[in-house]
Amino acid sequence: MKYQSQAVSKLYFIAAIGLFVAQILFGLIMGLQYVIGDFLFPAIPFNVARMVHTNALIVWLLMGFMGAGYYLIPEESERELHSPLLAKLLFWVFLVAAALTVVGYLLVPYATLAAMTGNDLLPTMGREFLEQPLLTKVGIVIVALGFLFNITMTVLKGRKTAISTVLLMGLWGLAIFFLFSFYNPHNVVRDKFYWWWVVHLWVEGVWELILGSILAFVLIKVTGVDREIIEKWLYVIITLTLITGIIGTGHHYFWIGTPEYWQWWGSLFSALEPIPFFAMTVFAFNMVNRRRREHPNRAATLWALGTGVMAFLGAGVWGFLHTLAPVNFYTHGTQITAAHGHMAFYGAYVMVVITMISYAMPLMRGRAANSNKAQVIEMWAFWLMTISMVFITLFLTAAGILQVWLQRVSTSPLPFMAAQDQVTLFYWMREWSGVAFLVGLLIYIYSFFANGEDAPKAS
Amino acid sequence: MSGSFTTSAARNIFFGGTVFFFLLFLALTYQTEQALPARDNRQNLTPQVVAGKKVWETNQCIGCHTLLGEGAYFAPELGNVYVRRGGAAGGKEFIKAWIKAQPTGVPGRRQMPNFHLTDQQLDDVAEFLKYVSEINTAKWPPNIEG
Ligand code: HEC
Ligand code: HEM
Ligand code: HEM
Ligand SMILES: [Fe+2]
Repeated sequence: MKYQSQAVSKLYFIAAIGLFVAQILFGLIMGLQYVIGDFLFPAIPFNVARMVHTNALIVWLLMGFMGAGYYLIPEESERELHSPLLAKLLFWVFLVAAALTVVGYLLVPYATLAAMTGNDLLPTMGREFLEQPLLTKVGIVIVALGFLFNITMTVLKGRKTAISTVLLMGLWGLAIFFLFSFYNPHNVVRDKFYWWWVVHLWVEGVWELILGSILAFVLIKVTGVDREIIEKWLYVIITLTLITGIIGTGHHYFWIGTPEYWQWWGSLFSALEPIPFFAMTVFAFNMVNRRRREHPNRAATLWALGTGVMAFLGAGVWGFLHTLAPVNFYTHGTQITAAHGHMAFYGAYVMVVITMISYAMPLMRGRAANSNKAQVIEMWAFWLMTISMVFITLFLTAAGILQVWLQRVSTSPLPFMAAQDQVTLFYWMREWSGVAFLVGLLIYIYSFFANGEDAPKAS
Repeated sequence: MSGSFTTSAARNIFFGGTVFFFLLFLALTYQTEQALPARDNRQNLTPQVVAGKKVWETNQCIGCHTLLGEGAYFAPELGNVYVRRGGAAGGKEFIKAWIKAQPTGVPGRRQMPNFHLTDQQLDDVAEFLKYVSEINTAKWPPNIEG
């Protein structure tokens, strides 16, 4: 750690991991409700568990991005953060807002929560991933703007690099597209159309800029490869991302009432979206192969390589699987979608945040890398979580293929609930894979406390 | 990736490409807005449908169901439930009676809560689902089961 103020990111990383645990616990509750339908009913209905699961995911990823920003920007800019105090203050605002929101989801009926929090003034709630009360949404905007102000000022006053420029563009894009969550037209087709400007233009647009820049930063550090080469790669990757991903939004405009020409635009452009993910994998391996030093933090290198591979599999391969309109006609809104959503979110965004944590945390704790023992434990956690996620994805894919067949392709189609009954076995196997995932996560957390004697000191 | 291809060339291609494709996206969006009135059933977008959409949202139906294939995958697609359950010959009545009768309490079966909706709200949300079923969705879903 070169600058004192980078240490604020520690708070963000710790809270992110805490929310990650909450996310997985609620995932397991839902996974059980899939097979034991009345489990915890009516105390925690499925929709409530799902909100906690997905919103905790989004919030902890945002915390991770912010932590990454607070760590990376001072180092790239070669100066202290504009205001460490503001960063700490916003952290507590964000954490308290997130906690209150979750408590609200769990304790108050959603309709009451909506009435209590001003949804009548500006109805924005009740849409997938954007379930947060108006107050929380406003809170997110305030925290994001404060954060952006803080890091933008730092960059403006310091050294400007491609990495910090790309990160800033990604983060500003994140905040700007989130503003569409306040737009909720009465017309459900237009509502859905602009809803994707948040969701798709996030994960297949601006977030990929964040992903690329964090990965580039860590790769420079652990491989010692010339910045010039890494930054050129970074620009090539994000160029491919946006020229495919923006029009690629069309893969969500096949069946929601939008004109049919989107089937062509959406299929063609989104079919190219795997290319930047593939480039990212090649990039990560290439840089590690050309490394100029043996960085003592092998765990961080493993996470960086893992991000490349798993993002390509989850987003690239599993995305391509159902992105062509004639295929999507059958798979739209099935377990195939859930399979892809899980591996893509894990492989790209969960893993890149952990890559950053894995690289930065030891430095913030005064060592160049963790002890060999702690790293071995962390690598076990890597494999357990990653392999569990592969299995979750495979089981959901199997369930999805059967669902599509029984409910949509067969000449005597089964009703939804009857088709679900036929695939229970796969839901059970998903649930057990989820338990293994949780074990992996607990081992990961344990690795922070497993201090061997041989930790190399930070220079 | 070396030689004459410099970082600043890469950066310029990035900005040029992004701006170009974003403008193209805006143009397609404009064209879509022009085409929507013929497809999105807006002639039937009555105040009651608007009220029904709000009932739909404030009870978070999307947290279990899909609507036109988007949402959660725990419970049946509702974009076409009006048609599936009888259309003009009783679709709305079915939806209202169904919502009122929840939860089923069948042991081990997936449960839908009771939302304690008023008769007015029930009618609104049923009218909303009828409205959605009349949107032109390019023949999706493949069959009546959704
Ligand atoms: C906690 C999850 C959950 C929520 C929230 C939920 N539902 Fe359901 N819903 C279900 C389940 C599960 C079924 C299928 C139950 C069965 O077949 O026994 C169902 C079935 C239905 C059906 C019948 C579908 C058919 O094909 O016959 C309708 C209509 C319906 N729900 C409407 C709604 C509306 C409107 C809302 C919001 C006000 C809502 N649901 C919220 C879980 C939920
Ligand atoms: C890291 C990047 C990505 C993430 C995090 C991601 C995540 C998701 C999620 C969560 C959904 C479900 C949305 C909903 O609930 O309705 C989804 C849908 C979809 N994704 Fe991705 N995705 C990514 C990249 C891609 C790519 C690169 C492709 C194409 C090659 C793709 C193709 C699709 C398609 C076609 C759907 C719609 C599924 C349906 O019709 O039900 N995704 N994605
Ligand atoms: C890092 C790990 C995880 C990530 C990133 C993640 C992410 C997500 C996302 C994005 C969704 C929305 C899905 C969509 O709309 O397609 C979702 C839903 C869900 N997740 Fe996870 N999840 C993770 C782990 C788990 C685990 C371990 C389980 C349980 C075994 C689980 C169970 C579920 C269930 C049951 C749903 C609801 C699917 C539905 O709508 O029917 N998740 N998760
Ligand atoms: Fe998408």
